[in-house]
Amino acid sequence: MSLFVDIFKDFGSFQLNVSFESPSGVLGLLGASGCGKSMTLRCIAGIVKPDRGRIVLQGRTLFDSERHIDLPPQQRRVGLLFQNYALFPNLTVEQNLLAGMCREKDRAAKQKRLAELLERFYLTGLERRRPAQLSGGQQQRVALGRILAGDPEVLLLDEPFSALDSYLRWQLELEMMEVLERFGKPVVLVTHSRDEVVRLCQTVCVLDQGRSSPTHSVQELFDAPKTVAACLLSGCKNLSRANPTPDGGIEALDWGVTLTCEQPLPAGLTHVGVRAHFLHPVETPGPNVIPCSVERVIDNLFSTIVMLSTPGGNQGHSLLRLELDKERWAALGNPKTLLLRMEPHDLLLLTS
Amino acid sequence: MDWYPLYNSLRIAAVSTILIFFLGIVCAYYVAKLPRLVKGVLDVVLTLPLVLPPTVVGYFLLRLLGPKRVVGLWFLETFDVRLTMVWYSAIFASAVVAFPLMYRTARGAFESFDETLAQSAQTLGLSNTWIFWRVRMPCCKQGILAGTVLAFARALGEYGATAMIAGYTPGKTATISTTVYQLWRTGDDETAMQWVLVNLAISAVVLLTVNMMERRDRAVRSRRKGAAA
Repeated sequence: MSLFVDIFKDFGSFQLNVSFESPSGVLGLLGASGCGKSMTLRCIAGIVKPDRGRIVLQGRTLFDSERHIDLPPQQRRVGLLFQNYALFPNLTVEQNLLAGMCREKDRAAKQKRLAELLERFYLTGLERRRPAQLSGGQQQRVALGRILAGDPEVLLLDEPFSALDSYLRWQLELEMMEVLERFGKPVVLVTHSRDEVVRLCQTVCVLDQGRSSPTHSVQELFDAPKTVAACLLSGCKNLSRANPTPDGGIEALDWGVTLTCEQPLPAGLTHVGVRAHFLHPVETPGPNVIPCSVERVIDNLFSTIVMLSTPGGNQGHSLLRLELDKERWAALGNPKTLLLRMEPHDLLLLTS
Repeated sequence: MDWYPLYNSLRIAAVSTILIFFLGIVCAYYVAKLPRLVKGVLDVVLTLPLVLPPTVVGYFLLRLLGPKRVVGLWFLETFDVRLTMVWYSAIFASAVVAFPLMYRTARGAFESFDETLAQSAQTLGLSNTWIFWRVRMPCCKQGILAGTVLAFARALGEYGATAMIAGYTPGKTATISTTVYQLWRTGDDETAMQWVLVNLAISAVVLLTVNMMERRDRAVRSRRKGAAA
């Protein structure tokens, strides 16, 4: 039982081409802003109609262009949490929650569920307030409660923490974890934050300019991203254009070096990447050792970030970013030049 | 003083405001959803009475509703009802002239409505009728009320088209504005002045009401903003 999505829509300047399947559990839709994440959720909810494709939820076809099925949003049983929560400003907390139970006809059952939701989302005492009189966190709880009140078959969360400040964000993330654990049906979380993906999701689908790549486990995304977009979204900042060499190595064009690697090269290799904490300062030159000069040293909260120029130059992607514990950097004695080694198995081999 | 013109003016304005209220909302709601080009054309047509001289509107109405014209003749033959030179003729005139005020303010209100509210309501399973009456209308309340009041004020002050289609018959079709003109013409300066004062008082009350509603609207909005920040 799952959510299956395979849709295409042409917006003229932009094309949405997304396909993924999510079992129960949380699927992260990860992408930069404007890549079609929210639009995908709107298509699933039935607010926007795709040009063609298919959406199947728990065995029910919600949309199928070939069979001319297009259920109205009211019949889809899709719970969509909007970025701005979309609470009805003219109704009270209680009325907003009751609006989510419009499918339930029995009044006693409604009142019972209302009481449960008020307690579960810490809204007791706020029943008569209007959304404008609530804090951002309370607003999100009402919105979430209102959605769960209707017992949806899937939960779609559109950047649920983007409207909150960082302190509240953590608090609500903890609450969200509990909600997601109890929900037990498919959840799609749209976000541009890799941290949220790691903490909340089991599988992840990367969206790049409207196109989705195959879904994989969160672990896979961070250990071995396959594409440049996935690599950037996973937080890797050292990236160079690359060409395969005849003897199975990689010519890193931006870094101006040739690297050896252990894995077989993927077809269509265009870039090579390495994470900042997988660069090791060494004493002597050798294979996969890049001579660098220090361009800039930046103090971070718990670490030191060093920007280094490579034989490829001192601008843009030619720069390498090295991240070290403060003590380790101090032990190196503030050098002007540095030899950096990349372990062959730490190289990320990417296609665009 | 004979108070008939006040009574007549008020009932004409009231009936035409009720007509305009529903017609304006329906037009505003559907036009706001149309594609750009159609919207542009319809917008011009529906707003035209606001900028046309009332006499031109009166001319068109007479061409349409006069006893020898298409609609007027049909009504006369079928229901034995005259559409011109009776008190309710003025309703047509003031309704046409005041309609754009209602239509435009209501459309502005609908267009500034946050569509995600309607969309989220749909995903919750709420019917479009429920959404319209319980969310869209209450959220656009201020704009719609302001439009209604403005339309009422304009309907109350209608002169040109009214004079053409309803004429001036004391105790029958006389309204405040046609009475003022008639009194001035016949040199009854003093009575004319009394009617002018009545008119001023009504207009002032209407404008005060609009201002008060706008101020309350602003206060509500800034409260919302304050809570969000």
